[in-house]
Amino acid sequence: MSVITYRQALRDTLRAEMVRDENVLVMGEEIGVFEGSYKITEGLLKEFGPRRVKDTPIAEEGFVGAAIGAAMLGLRPVVELMTINFSLIAIDQIINHAAKIYGMFGGQTSVPMVIRTPGGGGQQLGATHSQNIELFYSFIPGLKVMAPSTPAEASSMLRAAIRDDDPVLFLENLGLYNSKGEVPEGYAEPSNDTVATIGRAGVTREGSDITLIGYSRMAMVATQVAEKLAEEDISVEVVDLRSLRPLDRQTFVDSVKKTGAAVICEDDWLTYGIGAEIAASIQEGAFDYLDAPVRRVAMAEVPMPYAKPLETAALPSVESISTAIKETLSAVGKRVG
Amino acid sequence: MADTAKPKGGTARASTSRRRGRKDTSPGLGDEKPEVLLDYYRQMVFVRQFEQRTGQAYTQARIGGYCHLNLGEEATVIGLMTALQERDYLFTNYRDHGYAIGKGMDPKRVMAELYGRSDGVSKGWGGSMHMYDTETRMLGGYGIVGGQLPLATGAALAISYRGGDEVVMCQMGDGTTNIGAWHESLNIAKLWNLPIVFVVINNFTGMGTTVEMSSAEPELYKRGAAFRIEGERVDGRDVLAVRDTASRLIERARTEQTPFLLEAWSYRQKGHSVVDPAKYRTEEQRDEAKADENDPIHLFGEKLAKAGLLTDELRDEIAASVKAEVAEAADFAENSPHPDVSTLFDYTYASPVPNESRRMPADPVFAE
Repeated sequence: MSVITYRQALRDTLRAEMVRDENVLVMGEEIGVFEGSYKITEGLLKEFGPRRVKDTPIAEEGFVGAAIGAAMLGLRPVVELMTINFSLIAIDQIINHAAKIYGMFGGQTSVPMVIRTPGGGGQQLGATHSQNIELFYSFIPGLKVMAPSTPAEASSMLRAAIRDDDPVLFLENLGLYNSKGEVPEGYAEPSNDTVATIGRAGVTREGSDITLIGYSRMAMVATQVAEKLAEEDISVEVVDLRSLRPLDRQTFVDSVKKTGAAVICEDDWLTYGIGAEIAASIQEGAFDYLDAPVRRVAMAEVPMPYAKPLETAALPSVESISTAIKETLSAVGKRVG
Repeated sequence: MADTAKPKGGTARASTSRRRGRKDTSPGLGDEKPEVLLDYYRQMVFVRQFEQRTGQAYTQARIGGYCHLNLGEEATVIGLMTALQERDYLFTNYRDHGYAIGKGMDPKRVMAELYGRSDGVSKGWGGSMHMYDTETRMLGGYGIVGGQLPLATGAALAISYRGGDEVVMCQMGDGTTNIGAWHESLNIAKLWNLPIVFVVINNFTGMGTTVEMSSAEPELYKRGAAFRIEGERVDGRDVLAVRDTASRLIERARTEQTPFLLEAWSYRQKGHSVVDPAKYRTEEQRDEAKADENDPIHLFGEKLAKAGLLTDELRDEIAASVKAEVAEAADFAENSPHPDVSTLFDYTYASPVPNESRRMPADPVFAE
């Protein structure tokens, strides 16, 4: 085991997959000469050359669509969209084409491609560069949407995404790139065949008082919340969704059946957000087990402000999530720290 | 750039009014073999009758959805398809039945797809706008205007990546040339030197909006210039002119590894789709679209007759045998079973995931 950053896990895994499979190429804005806006593709151009590391024009619809077409002919493009906000330019290609081609042609051709893209607030990037709009893609059958929260997940899930025959939207979060975690030995070996199971959530910390559900950066924050509350003798079980579509309902429903209460933390907006789907699923799958209403802690429903205090206030935090957990537990008379 | 179908008077601006009364300026039959010429004629008649039958079945509600026909554009369709080699790939838009057949797909299965049956080329999942066949390399009809351009560019990228000698043809209508994907795809195709021929079928009307109303430069073949892509225009009523021009550009795309742009103009005899009565056209314009002098099958038939290749008997014989074959396709479609409802979840993912949602509308999420 070694401890590396989320960024390093992505970079090493991407490289390993390119070494392993000649059909894997990377495409995107500034990924070659510039080595990536967030340096995930650092060193790849030098090692693999411009045939396999393609700098594209700033024309998301054109190059995302080109990656889809290339995938139809059997290549395995890994596209980097500089931020998920720019995916809106390519949304027709992603939703109308990548997601539909397998189905509308009766299974004759698939689209084995990955769109890697960071998102999220907290970097003072303002309204159009601080969004988590994965909901749009999680809504669409035919797409797979993955949201790893740790370096180990980032590695095994990226490997799975590249080897999968369907289009995968692979969410990264700007707040995760420098976070560190343990990865298994050999994670960066091209011969490594350990891949994550797509569509499988994980109970990343066991607990008995309440279930806290998150994904991507919020799964990391959820772990911090659980650690903090443990000091106050509150036992929080953490579920990391990992995959937003397909959604592993069973894992979090089973957890809620065990603990009897749930809080969902999400980096996106509340109304119609991912948390709404989770809450509805808990209601359908574990209503009789609930001791309290399911609580959601989400981003404030505003276009993200630039000013730091406003931005900080708009995002869920360890404190706001902890408060929601304590309120939920006290509502049902459970012991609170 | 060469304007191979320049109308009289020296201007290439081909507005509907200026095209009126234009004589056929196409070359003759050249030294092409009679059996090849007659085969082209037969294929055009086939597309015509297939589409007529399709329109009929649509009005009888045997075909659902939208239905965009190639009536009036048969010479363009067959000219382009005979220019492609078997190994070349094709992407089209929603007006795709004729191209599917011309590329070699089984007309029976094309018809079955229109009927939404399980023997349809896309097993009934696509319908009129989504014909697809890996074997004949018809890589799909697409329903979003211009959606196919980035995809076709990507297919050409895959060919180039592997050092293959196939070419991609990407067909579209004139209305496509104003969307972002057009500009982005032509730019990328030239930037990366991809073997692709973009073909604009200019019937001068994007649904009901004329090309002059929608394009600041209505001479569409010139619009590759912004990307240093050579463009040519051809009379789409002339099957041999289309074939020859397209063949030349395809072979250049193959050998020079660079994109080209081809504009083929022709008349759309009917509205945008079967349900469009084309009221936006004046009576004069409607007559013009249907006039014998603008009908590619009539034009080619006359030429073959003049050359002594097509007698009245042979013309009737071809019409009758095509009619029988189209009827056979319709029968096949009628008799093909509807897809079984149990297959509803079979084509969401190529790599299925255990907990993927397979929930029917009234099913609970957590079934016991």
